[in-house]
Amino acid sequence: MDITMIYYLVPALIMFCCGVYGFITRRNMIAMLISLELMLNAVDINFVVFNRYLFPGQMEGMFFTLFAIAIAAAETAISIAIIINVYRSVKNVKVDDLTEMKN
Amino acid sequence: MESVGSIIMYLIIALSIIVFSVLTVTSRKILRAATYLLFTLFATAALYFKLDYEFLGAVQIAVYAGGIVVLFVFAILLTSHPGHSSERLVSKKRALGFVAGVATLLVAGYALLSRCCMAMTSLPEMSNPTMKQIGEAMMGTGEGQYLLPFEAISVLLLACIIGGVVVARKR
Repeated sequence: MDITMIYYLVPALIMFCCGVYGFITRRNMIAMLISLELMLNAVDINFVVFNRYLFPGQMEGMFFTLFAIAIAAAETAISIAIIINVYRSVKNVKVDDLTEMKN
Repeated sequence: MESVGSIIMYLIIALSIIVFSVLTVTSRKILRAATYLLFTLFATAALYFKLDYEFLGAVQIAVYAGGIVVLFVFAILLTSHPGHSSERLVSKKRALGFVAGVATLLVAGYALLSRCCMAMTSLPEMSNPTMKQIGEAMMGTGEGQYLLPFEAISVLLLACIIGGVVVARKR
């Protein structure tokens, strides 16, 4: 049995779909952020697998993944700062209850 | 032709990626969801190691598992009670999420399978990228070198540090 490219792409695809499902069903902002991380991670896997199988010896996919990891870290830090700030003023992190700015 | 050990490693990695990512989005206790996310990220790092990108696997463990998950756990402990589980989902919301997930699965799965011949390429030979190659690719301005994105990321991280402090600080 040969482990071909599709054997790696299918787990990444399932991971991405789990991210989509979680992003829609979750109400807690931190849980939504966790689902977002799942989606980003699945895309990173795709970059690496395409780089490894189709363009071995080059490093474009690997560097894309490196920069994506750095940006994901920055994005998570900022959004957690925002969530903690929201919690301080509303005492809640459920997206249904965050309607202060609507009126 | 792959060795038996390699296939067993692949099966463990793929199964743990699938199982833990499903558990991440279905577990009702949010602290458990963060823990399952940690396991998913570890499985991803193992996948990078298996594809011969050692540096990338190390970065994945250091940044994701070491930084982001710890940040998540701190934020969860600050904003919710540890034993508290989220309320049961309304079936409408769950159906909507399920439809969106399955639609994504179908569309992307169809795109994958219709390119079947390309997706069936077997693993080509490759020497692992050495640290020297990675460093030179990151610190040059020629073709296939990434000094400008590297500097842009450093400015982004600086902005992120300052923004984080400004946003989260007590007034």
